[in-house]
Amino acid sequence: MLEAKGITVERSGRKLLDDVSVEIAPERVTAIVGPNGAGKSTLIKVLAGEIVATHGDVLIDGRNLKSFRAAELAARRAIVPQSTFLSFPFSVIEVVTLGASVPGFDQNPEHSKRIAEDALSDVGLTDFRDRLYSQLSGGERQRVHVARALCQLNTGIRRQGHTAVLLLDEPTSSLDLSHQSLVLGEARSQADEGRAVAVVLHDLNLAAAWADDIILMSSGAIAARGPPSEIFRDDLLSAVFGCQIRANIPPPAGTPYMLPHFLRSGPARPADREAEAGSKHRSIEYAADQRGTAQVRD
Amino acid sequence: MLRARDSIGMVDREARGRLLIAGSVALLGAAMLLSLSVGPTGITLASLPRVLVALFTGSDDAAVAREYLVLVDLRLPRTLLGAFVGASLAVAGAMMQGLFRNPLADPGLIGVSSGAALAAVATIALGNTFAAPWVKIFGVYALPFAAFFGGLAATFVLVSVAGRHGQLMVGTLLLAGIAIGALAGALTGLLSYTSDDRELRDLTLWSMGSLSGASWPKVIATLPFAVAVALAVPRLVRGLNGFLLGEAEAFHMGIDVEATKRLAIAISAAAVGAAVAVAGVVGFVGIVIPHVIRLIAGPDHRFVLPAGALLGAALVLVADVAARMIVRPAELPLGIIMAAIGAPVFLHLVTRRGIGGVE
Repeated sequence: MLEAKGITVERSGRKLLDDVSVEIAPERVTAIVGPNGAGKSTLIKVLAGEIVATHGDVLIDGRNLKSFRAAELAARRAIVPQSTFLSFPFSVIEVVTLGASVPGFDQNPEHSKRIAEDALSDVGLTDFRDRLYSQLSGGERQRVHVARALCQLNTGIRRQGHTAVLLLDEPTSSLDLSHQSLVLGEARSQADEGRAVAVVLHDLNLAAAWADDIILMSSGAIAARGPPSEIFRDDLLSAVFGCQIRANIPPPAGTPYMLPHFLRSGPARPADREAEAGSKHRSIEYAADQRGTAQVRD
Repeated sequence: MLRARDSIGMVDREARGRLLIAGSVALLGAAMLLSLSVGPTGITLASLPRVLVALFTGSDDAAVAREYLVLVDLRLPRTLLGAFVGASLAVAGAMMQGLFRNPLADPGLIGVSSGAALAAVATIALGNTFAAPWVKIFGVYALPFAAFFGGLAATFVLVSVAGRHGQLMVGTLLLAGIAIGALAGALTGLLSYTSDDRELRDLTLWSMGSLSGASWPKVIATLPFAVAVALAVPRLVRGLNGFLLGEAEAFHMGIDVEATKRLAIAISAAAVGAAVAVAGVVGFVGIVIPHVIRLIAGPDHRFVLPAGALLGAALVLVADVAARMIVRPAELPLGIIMAAIGAPVFLHLVTRRGIGGVE
C-alpha cells in the first residue's frame, strides 16, 4: 500500500497541493484525473519521492519514504515521466536496460538483458530494439519509458509483503488509440500481478475504462474519489472541469463515458456561445485533450 | 567520419566497446613507446639496454650518462605526465558532459581550466609575497593544489550561476563558462603584467600548455590525483549513465543524485586542476576524445570513461611528440597542436548535431 497523508506542497507562497491524502492500493489501478494545474503531476512526484512535501508524509507499507535510500526505493517503485529528452545517442535497448542498472540490483547482464527484451515486447517495441531513441516518435518514446520502468520493477527483488508501485504520469498523451490500450493494458496486468499502479490521465473515458479507483483533483485538493461509476457524474465533472460534461452510463456495459457538451449538441449556437462565454476557453482546451472522441460518438 | 546512426545495430555496441578498450590499450602502449624514443637529440629506445646495464654496473661513460639523462630524467617523466594529463582531461570532459547532459561541456570551454590556470598563475606570480604561506605549507604540491581549488571554484560558480531548481541550464552554462573563462583570463593577464621576465616565461607556457617542464617531482605530485580519479571512475559509471536520462529519472532509478553530482564535480575539478598544474591549459582533449568514443561505442560510461582515459593519454602523447619535433630544437606549445586537432571536431559537433547535440 502506498499512502500519502496530509500532503501540502508550497512553492513560492502558492499551495500546489493542500492537505491531500490518498491511498494507492496493490492489485488496483488508480487513475488521477482533473483539469490542467489541478496538481496531478505534483501529486505523482510527491508519491515518487521526487518532490519532498512541505507538510505530510508518504508511506510505502507503513514505512516513510524519507527513510529509504534511493536504490532501495528504486526496487519498490518505478516512474514513467511525462517527458524526457536525451542529449546523447542512446539506442532503445540501452535506455530500457538502464532500468536494470540500479545499485544493488542483480547485475547478471544476461538476466538484465532478458528482462529488458521482455519489457520491450510488452510495449510492442521489439522491432525498435536497435533504433536510436532520438529518431523515435513521441508515442514510441513514451513506450520506451514504460518499458524502462517495467524493466526496473522486474529486476528489483520481490519480497513477501513488499508492495511494488508503478507510477505513470500521462503515459498516453502522445499515443494513438491502439497504443493507449496497449499501455493501459500493461498497467492493468501489473496491478493483476499485485502491484499498486497510479496513473495520471487526461482522458476521462480511458480512466473510466481501465481504472478501479478514480482520484478527481481540483485546485490542489481532492474533489472526490471512488470507483468510476460514483465519480463520473455530470454535476461533479462539470463543476471541476468548468464546462458541461454528460456522463452517460449505457446499461449493458455499465462503464460511464463522458461527453463534453459542445460535442453532444454540435456547433454551439450564438446564444449558447454567450451563455458559455466564461467557460468557453476551457471547453476548447478540453477538446484538445479528448482523443477518444470518435469512440465516444459511436 | 563514422556516424553512429548509420552503423548502429550492425554490430553489438557492447562488443564494440570492449574492442575499443583493447584497441586503446594498444594505442596508448604505442604512443608511450613513441614518446620515449623520439626527441630532438636523436636518442632512441635502442640505447635502453646500455642505459640499464650502466645503471647496475655504475659505468661512468659520458655518452651513456647523456642517454640516461635523456631517457630516464627527461622523456620518462614527460611521457608519464603526458599520459596523466591526457587521461585526466578526457575523463573530466566525459564526466562534465554526462553531468551537464551536453556534449559541448569541455573543461577548457566552460572556464574550469581557466579557473585552475588563474590559481596556478597566482601561485607562481605571488609565490614570494601573498601566496608565500601557501607555498610553504604545501611545498611541491602548492601548484597542483592551487590549480585544483581554482578549478573547483570555477565549477561551483558555474553550477550556481547556471543552476535553477536543481537543473542546469545548458545555454546559461556555456555562456557563464565563457564569462568565467574571460574573467579568469583577464586576472591572469593582470598578474602577468606585474611579473618579472622569468615568471612571465612560466606564465606564457601556462596559457598555451606544454609538457616541457616535466620532472619526477611533478610526476610524484600528480600521483594522488591520478589515484583519486582512478578510484572514482568505477563508482561514477552507473550514476552518470542515469544522469543521461535526466536528474529526476536518475533519482527514480535509484541513483543518489547529490552524491553523484558532488563526486563527479570534485573529481573532474581535481583532474583538470592537476593537469593544468603540470601542463598548463591544454584544450579540446576533453571534447574530442569522448565524442569519438560515443560515435564508436555509444554513450555508455562503462566505455566512455576508461576508453577516454586511454585514448586521451595517447592523443596528448602523440601531440606532444609533434610539439617536440615540428620546429626542433625549439618546441611548439601543446595547446596549439591540440587546437589544430580539436577545433575541427568541435565545429563538426556544433554544425552537424546542433548546439547541445540534440538533433
